[in-house]
Amino acid sequence: MRRLLEKIGDETLYVLETAGRMGLFLLQCLRCVLTPPYKLRAILQQIQFIGVRSIFVIIFTGGFTGMVLGLQGYYTLTKYGSESALGSAVALSLIRELGPVLAALMVIGRAGSAITAEIGIMRNSEQIDALECMAIEPCRYLMAPKFTAAILSLPLLTFIFDVVGIWGGWLVGVKLLGVNEGAYFQWMYDSVDWTDIRMGLVKSLVFGLLLVWISAARGYYLHLEREGGFGAEGVSRTTTRAVVMASVAVLVWDYLISAIML
Amino acid sequence: MAKERQQPEVAIELEGVVKRFGRQLVLRGIDLKVMAGKTTVIVGASGQGKSVVLKHMLGLVRPDRGRVLVFGRDLAKISRKELNALRMNFGVLFQNAALFDSMTVFDNVALPLRERTAKEAEEIREIVKERLALMGLQGSEAKYPAQLSGGMRKRVGLARALVLDPKVVFFDEPTTGLDVHKSNEIYRLFFETQKQLGYTAVIVSHDVPKIFKLSDYVALLAEGKIQGCMSPEEFQLDENPLIRNYVETTMGPIYSSAKEEPGFYETV
Repeated sequence: MRRLLEKIGDETLYVLETAGRMGLFLLQCLRCVLTPPYKLRAILQQIQFIGVRSIFVIIFTGGFTGMVLGLQGYYTLTKYGSESALGSAVALSLIRELGPVLAALMVIGRAGSAITAEIGIMRNSEQIDALECMAIEPCRYLMAPKFTAAILSLPLLTFIFDVVGIWGGWLVGVKLLGVNEGAYFQWMYDSVDWTDIRMGLVKSLVFGLLLVWISAARGYYLHLEREGGFGAEGVSRTTTRAVVMASVAVLVWDYLISAIML
Repeated sequence: MAKERQQPEVAIELEGVVKRFGRQLVLRGIDLKVMAGKTTVIVGASGQGKSVVLKHMLGLVRPDRGRVLVFGRDLAKISRKELNALRMNFGVLFQNAALFDSMTVFDNVALPLRERTAKEAEEIREIVKERLALMGLQGSEAKYPAQLSGGMRKRVGLARALVLDPKVVFFDEPTTGLDVHKSNEIYRLFFETQKQLGYTAVIVSHDVPKIFKLSDYVALLAEGKIQGCMSPEEFQLDENPLIRNYVETTMGPIYSSAKEEPGFYETV
């Protein structure tokens, strides 16, 4: 019984400690993002890494997501004789939900994992300690450009995802299955309003922040991982955890934002 | 009036430093003074917490109990900004040099100057070239750390540690993983740069007895405490059983007072 209580207490303390640490890390990073000096060159490099290099995978997944939506939506709507509403179904699904969520998940897989591994290796090889000893704030030097780049890139990537997805839906619905082109775009035009776009934008901003925060913090505190974060195995384990944690966080926050904004 | 004897001032002082990691009590009350302008070597078996002591001095780790005073200032009571200002006086050579993999040798050494000073690019270039030349690394500016040998990486690390003309330089196992020739090269560079720049040195090392020749003070860390901090000559003759045991196991009994034991020379 005593052992069980000890274990529960130990676990609770660890969770609270980790949450507190990550919270402070976020505040520190946001302070560095918002206050000068701004590292423009580093920000552009990170935009290139997080944003530009993700465009291909975003176009690819966006296109196929839109095509699947077009296909599934067509057969579902045909049952009710409303296949002309396909444009509305595809656009709303993408703009409100699938665009921000899938774009974030793709960027987590591509760039988030790389951020955790990079920072984790820097922690293991004492490069972060070296920065601190040189009186260079790691949060300003390493993290702030990544935070800025992710927060700026995610909405743009989501926009690309949405546009390509709508085009994918059009390709399948209009070109392959014969839905009227005018109806496809008119329904879309009539049903999508500013609140939908605003929701997608808010989600993509929040997801951008979540993915970079979790990925960077897990790498930064690699040495404090309970199972030991040292060595190649420690880095790979922590990277996997960061990807899972960031993906789950995106889905949880997707629900929360939808619940608040709808 | 009798002439007052000049005592070296204390650069760093640890007072009753206790540190626990999880359930493991690593430091059980460290008391140590690092004298300004002198070389203090911290020795001890692996896993005793020598690097942890160094990290306390650098402000990278906070003690659970006790105080760390750097130039008389308690690291726990100063702001991050003040700590950074204090760190401008530090240079560190890490065990594996801790060079930034994605930067060239030149950029690694130039980093502290670019980030922490208002110097012009031309001036930075001159300083970096001069420091690299001091380390015998001319022509390596454009190379990446992965293209360097272990000894070269250490020399780049030392160039970076010295680029801001620090008052205190910390060496964490400076010769680990190097052969005798390269170790000697690092020691030679340390000896020459200290003579030239006059910095206080704190060295964590296993390289006994060679390191004694370079040190003013030797401190043994064992059982979570500093067992003594004294000149190398006094250290080798000290009666503390832990120090004596360390001297015997690392240097052989011939260096310790055990050489006086009857019959010793017959058994060697």
